[in-house]
Amino acid sequence: MSDKYQDHDINAGHPEDEQHIVSPKVYFVIFLCLVVGTALTVGASLIEMGPWNPVVALAIACIKATLVVLFFMHIKYSSRLMKLTVGAGVFTFLILVGMSLADYMSRAWGQW
Amino acid sequence: MSDSHAVAVVGHEEGHSEHPAYQRHHFVSMEQQNETVSFGMWLFLLTEIMFFGGLFTAYLIYRNWYFPAFVAASHTLNLWEGTINTFVLISSSFTMAMGVWCAETKRSKGLIWSLIGTLILGAVFLGIKYDEYHEKYELHHIPGEIFHFNSQGFVHPSAEALKTGEKPLAPDMAAKTEVYFSLYFAMTGMHALHMVIGMVLLSGMLWKASHGGYMNGHIAFVENFGLYWHFVDIVWIFLFPLLYLISRHA
Amino acid sequence: MSTIVSLPDQATARIPKRNYLTNENGLLSWLLTGDHKRIAVLYLISITFFFFIGGALAGMIRLELLTPQSDLMASDTYNKVFTMHGVIMVFLFLVPSVPATLGNFLIPIMIGAKDLAFPKINLLSWYLYLVGGGMTLTAMITGGVDTGWTFTTPMSTHFSNTNVITTGLAIFVAGFSSIFTGLNFIVTIHRMRAPGMTWFKLPLFCWAHYAASILMVLGTPVLAITLVLVVLERTIGIGVFDPTKGGDPILFQHLFWFYSHPAVYIMILPGMGVISEVISTFSRKRVFGYTAVAFSSVAIAVFGFFVWAHHMFIMGVSNYAVLVFSLLTMLVAVPSAIKIFNWAFTLYKGSITFETPMLYAFGFMGLFTIGGLTGVFLGSSGTDIHLTETYFIVAHFHFVMVGGMLMAFLSGVHFWWPKMTGRMYPEKISQLAAVVTFIGFNFTFFPQFLLGMLGMPRRYAAYPHEFQVLNVFSTAGASILGVGYLLPMIYLIWSLKYGEVAGNNPWQATGLEWQIQSPPLTENFTTIPIVTQDVYDYEWLERQKEHEVTHVG
Repeated sequence: MSDKYQDHDINAGHPEDEQHIVSPKVYFVIFLCLVVGTALTVGASLIEMGPWNPVVALAIACIKATLVVLFFMHIKYSSRLMKLTVGAGVFTFLILVGMSLADYMSRAWGQW
Repeated sequence: MSDSHAVAVVGHEEGHSEHPAYQRHHFVSMEQQNETVSFGMWLFLLTEIMFFGGLFTAYLIYRNWYFPAFVAASHTLNLWEGTINTFVLISSSFTMAMGVWCAETKRSKGLIWSLIGTLILGAVFLGIKYDEYHEKYELHHIPGEIFHFNSQGFVHPSAEALKTGEKPLAPDMAAKTEVYFSLYFAMTGMHALHMVIGMVLLSGMLWKASHGGYMNGHIAFVENFGLYWHFVDIVWIFLFPLLYLISRHA
Repeated sequence: MSTIVSLPDQATARIPKRNYLTNENGLLSWLLTGDHKRIAVLYLISITFFFFIGGALAGMIRLELLTPQSDLMASDTYNKVFTMHGVIMVFLFLVPSVPATLGNFLIPIMIGAKDLAFPKINLLSWYLYLVGGGMTLTAMITGGVDTGWTFTTPMSTHFSNTNVITTGLAIFVAGFSSIFTGLNFIVTIHRMRAPGMTWFKLPLFCWAHYAASILMVLGTPVLAITLVLVVLERTIGIGVFDPTKGGDPILFQHLFWFYSHPAVYIMILPGMGVISEVISTFSRKRVFGYTAVAFSSVAIAVFGFFVWAHHMFIMGVSNYAVLVFSLLTMLVAVPSAIKIFNWAFTLYKGSITFETPMLYAFGFMGLFTIGGLTGVFLGSSGTDIHLTETYFIVAHFHFVMVGGMLMAFLSGVHFWWPKMTGRMYPEKISQLAAVVTFIGFNFTFFPQFLLGMLGMPRRYAAYPHEFQVLNVFSTAGASILGVGYLLPMIYLIWSLKYGEVAGNNPWQATGLEWQIQSPPLTENFTTIPIVTQDVYDYEWLERQKEHEVTHVG
């Protein structure tokens, strides 16, 4: 029966699986970015921007978190499955936050 | 949808199958085992995202409901301690990343020192956190009857606070600072709990590393612990602006 | 040349000397096992134990409701009894039932792996389940809980003086058991498939478990943090859900139902997986619209996260949110209907036989359809306001959970019993049990739809006289149902010793699990199988048999 199996590609895969070692230089640059981000977010909070204050603070936090996920946690060099996994987590998180908030906002239309 | 590379690959020839001791029997190859373990770790981190997700949802709702109370309560936090702690945690993430790199490149000394650095920075973080908690305890800002929560300070701010632009709150709004502090303690408490668990694991890893562990290329534990530690860092990256930096204005 | 096919003559079949049950002996070899099949057996035993405790509590509820007065027990005892019934049945039976037993046993075999990806975590999840179960029992014995299984605040945080903390923590722990099971399944299905086992050759059982696992991994932690907040509120008195301190009890509802609605799909999806396998096997046909059924599982899982607020229509959520959530709820009906229709089309022109698993599967299809359709009534905000918190709700979710899920569980247990134990159950009496269960079930729960329409509220020990006739019907049905559940318990244990030897593939079913010996070896496969045939390919199976026969001849 073995002839039947020949069309199965026995080497199917592992092209992207070679352990990608991120160099310390990259880590250090990311570290500096995070420090700068922290300084920026503290600085931004001291400037009066009205409704934009929380937006800026969250935007900076998102950028910092993305840097950590991509480089410190190696997602930039990981397979599509891993990227999808992270995406799924963020997506479900946003559903939880977004749809709960949608109820609260529409309960008092205009007062938020 | 197709991640066909996930499919286990049969050993090409019999006798070729000399497995390292740390390969578990039900895996075909070390690659498969490593990928599987790190995928499992990521799924665990997803559960952690959702675990904190409930707290973030609560925070966002109440922040909009009781904005003045959240601003006033947030201003009682020590901005400097928060900033320093953010810096400390980012540094510990960096040392952890370096630890993973040292393990990957089989630098025993480097790994040990990175882990020690991470452990010390983690301890510094918790120390500063303790100082902040202690201050809250003395001000009766810990929610609940046991700690005699008291929001009078927000109705009658001190002269010093008034000078920096703090406004007195109406008593019913001042009472809502308890919601802020409930969330503050729930969120930072959960975060600190994760730090403590992380430091216990770190200590175990350090012990193993100082006895020559992780130098045979089997470093899945170091890598996955790294993921956990960075995740805890990310949670703080969001907690810091949300809890400390509401309407700070100079 | 590695063949995974071996079909010994059914009549001369023997139980193989070496299998996962006999591989090692002694209690410790079970308590420290990493073998997914043994863990499945451990789960099966513990889950059955909790099922019968929950069932006994259900019996007490029905006895109390036999008469309009609260005479068997006082009202607060009644509250504790239905709460414990709910907690045990939901968290300790329905959530782990099919995944932790059948899923644990079969998923690695179905995809051609030697074990789940993380055997130790699998064992840990069983211990967590035991700890959770033990804590629940402790809470029950030392005074019980009376909040209902939903732990509604501020009842659970301020007004109840019962064991809310113990039970809450018990569910927290049991929740992590469920998270670890789900995590293990996702990783295993992604990473451990045998060569040739592509996504679209996976049995639908695996697809259904994959979808349910997504819900377990992403939903359960939200419940965990919610219960932590409830416990903190009871102990320290933080103010997240407490209205007197500015908290919002509706937020608790949001967070609780964010898990507990998807939890319904955690419970039902694996059952649907069982039904797909059974229907296909006993009508000797490939499941009609395999791809549609596979993706409908995933669709149910994804939509499951968008609909939770339909449990809260009368709780003060905004009218706009009611509209949106009502619409989204209707969307879930689509993939569910896809499944039912595709099973019906699978039967069409199939050569159907009526073995016990198939009888249960038919029961599932009928009862789940009724349960699902009444769900549409409840998802429409207008009728929901009339029907919610009445017996209509009780009947609806029992049709889905008991009529659907339990039927599927029993169907699966019978279907794979020969594989798990190597022996057949007695066919005639088990067919009788399936019919008795179906009749008893309808007698128990159909009157409750009428009661709900007439306006009888749930969770009360006493009720007005005019409801008594229907309640007597219901209680009578419950006693028939009880017999229907005790029968399998007895004859399945009997069959462990006296059952006919099953052989490898008593149903002539496809799927890798039927190509290996029963009971399987500890390592499942002697060589890693290479999958070439399509899923549910009965012609392939026939050819293999001929091949085997000519070989022997």
